[in-house]
Amino acid sequence: MKITREEIDHLARLSDLSLSDEEAESLKGDLENIIKYISQLDELDTDGVEPTYQVFEMENVWREDKILPQDADREKLLNLVPAYQGNIGIQDNQIKVPKVL
Amino acid sequence: MQIASKDVSAVDMVRAALDKAKKYADYNIFISLSEDAALNRAKEIDEKIAKGEKVGRLAGVPYACKDNFLSKQGATTAASKILEPLKAPLNATAIEKLEAEGAIMIGRVNLDAFAHGSSTENSYFGVTKNSTDMERVAGGSSGGSAVAVALDIVPFATGTDTGGSIRQPASFNGVYGIKPTYGTISRYGVVAMASSLDCVGFLARNTEDLNLLMEICAGQDPKDLTTLPDYYTKTEKKEPKKIGVIKDFDSDAIDPAIREVLRQKLSELKSDGYDIVDLEMPILKYALAVYYIICPAEVASNLSRYDGIRYGYRSEDAKNLDEIFGESRSDGYMKENKRRIMVGNFVLSSGFYDAYYLKAMKARTLIIQAFDDAFKKCDYILAPVSPNPAFRIGEKVNDPVAMYMEDILSVTLNLAGVPGVALPVGKTDSGLPLGLQLIGPRRSDKNLLDFAGKIGFKIDDKEGK
Repeated sequence: MKITREEIDHLARLSDLSLSDEEAESLKGDLENIIKYISQLDELDTDGVEPTYQVFEMENVWREDKILPQDADREKLLNLVPAYQGNIGIQDNQIKVPKVL
Repeated sequence: MQIASKDVSAVDMVRAALDKAKKYADYNIFISLSEDAALNRAKEIDEKIAKGEKVGRLAGVPYACKDNFLSKQGATTAASKILEPLKAPLNATAIEKLEAEGAIMIGRVNLDAFAHGSSTENSYFGVTKNSTDMERVAGGSSGGSAVAVALDIVPFATGTDTGGSIRQPASFNGVYGIKPTYGTISRYGVVAMASSLDCVGFLARNTEDLNLLMEICAGQDPKDLTTLPDYYTKTEKKEPKKIGVIKDFDSDAIDPAIREVLRQKLSELKSDGYDIVDLEMPILKYALAVYYIICPAEVASNLSRYDGIRYGYRSEDAKNLDEIFGESRSDGYMKENKRRIMVGNFVLSSGFYDAYYLKAMKARTLIIQAFDDAFKKCDYILAPVSPNPAFRIGEKVNDPVAMYMEDILSVTLNLAGVPGVALPVGKTDSGLPLGLQLIGPRRSDKNLLDFAGKIGFKIDDKEGK
C-alpha cells in the first residue's frame, strides 16, 4: 500500500509528533511495509463474527462509591512536573502552560 | 531459590548479586543499580532474623526489576528518554507484594523502550547482549531480565509479556518464563503498552520458583479492575494426558533446530505414555497481522499521555503548547515507539477503522475460538516460542516487519488471553539455547508450570556462569 507524504504528516499530527523531513520519509517507508503486512487480513472472511475487545472473563466489577486514600496526592504529583522553564511551570500550586488561544 | 536465614545472610546474598551485576557490566543488563537501598533492606531483614522474628517467603532474595514497573526505590525509565527517570510516588502492586515477602530489588533492567520490540535493541540505554553469545541479541522486550537470570546474577526477574516479551528472551537465554492467564497479576503501576494484551510475569531458573512468585503476586487488586479473584492457589491439581502440536507451525519458516527439538520432545512424551494430538489451526496464520493492528492501536492510546507537561522529559526548544507536545514526544520516543503510535493512529482513523481495527477484533474472536476448540482435543499444546534462536545484533533492527516476524508464534497466546510457559529444552550445535512454549487453557497456569518443570532442562543453580 502506497502512503503519501500528506498522509504521513496527517498521522504525525494525530500522534502529536514533530518529525524532521528525513524521519518522516523513513517512517513513510516503514509504515508502507507494516500496513502492507497487516492488510493480509483483507482475505479473511469475518462476516457475522462478533468482535472481541478484551479477553478478561468478568464484566462489571463493582466497588463502593467511596473515596479511598490515593497513593499519590496533589503535592507528590506536582513534584514530578519538570522545572520551570520559559513560560511553563508550577504557579500557585497549579501547572501553568503557554497560552492555548 | 535460597532465602536468607541464620546461616546465610541477606546482606551477603544482595552483595553477591550486586558484585555479579558489576562483573557482567559489558552485557549492558542494568539501567540502574540501587546498591544502598538494597543493602539497607537486607540489613533490616538480617536484624529480624537475628531477633527470631518472622520473615517472608522471599526473605533477602535479590531480584532484577524490568524497568517498566513503578517503585519508590530508584527511578523508572521504561528504557526511554521521555520518562527522564521518573521518581514514582507509588509502588506497582506486584512490586509491593514481592517486597512484602522480603524480596530485594537490586536494580532496574533493560528492555526495548516501552516494551516495543523483540531484541532489547530499541532501548535509549543501548543494546543488552545475549548471555551465551555477546554478538547476539538478548531477545525482548524483557531482555535485561532474561540475561540477569541466565547469568545467575539474580534468581528471578520481573517481566511483562504483551506479545512474547517474557517467553522469547527466556528461550533466547535458556531460562524459564511465564506469561500468565490475562488478569492473573495486577498491572497497577506497570507502564502500559497494550492494555488488553499486557501481562505481568516472571523469569527464573526453575518452575518451582515461578510457582512461588505466582502464588505471591496473583490475585484481585482493587487498583486494577481486570484482575481475577484469587484462583491461582486454589487450582486443582491435574495431570495432562494429551499434548497437542500445531501442524500449521511445522513449516520451513521455522529454524530446523527448533523443529527438531520439538519433534524430539514429542517423541519422548509419546514414549512416556502421553497421547500426541495433531491440531489444525489455520486462523493462526493471521494472528501476527491481528496483533500488529490491535497492539499499535492500544499503544497509540496509552502513549498519548506523555506530553512533556506533567512529568518526564520536556523539549527545551518548544515555545507554544503544540511544540511542547510535538517536540518532547519526537525527542523522547525511540523510532519503534513512533512507528507503533503512527500505525495505531492509522488503523483507528476514520475511513480505515472498519477495514483494520474492527476486522482485527473479529479475527481475535476466531483465534479465541480456535484455542477453545484445541483445548477440547488436548490438555496442553507444545510449540516453538520464536521462529529462530537468538539472532545477530543489528540483523533485524532496521526492518520492522522482519522484527515483527519474531513474534509470529508468541502473540497468539496474548490475543486469546491464555497462559504459556517458556522452557529451555536444548542447544543448537553452536551452543545457543533452544526453548519451547507450553500453552494451556485459561486458568491452567499452576498445572502448566508443574508440567513444564517436568519436561524442561534442569538448570543447576550453583553452576551459573
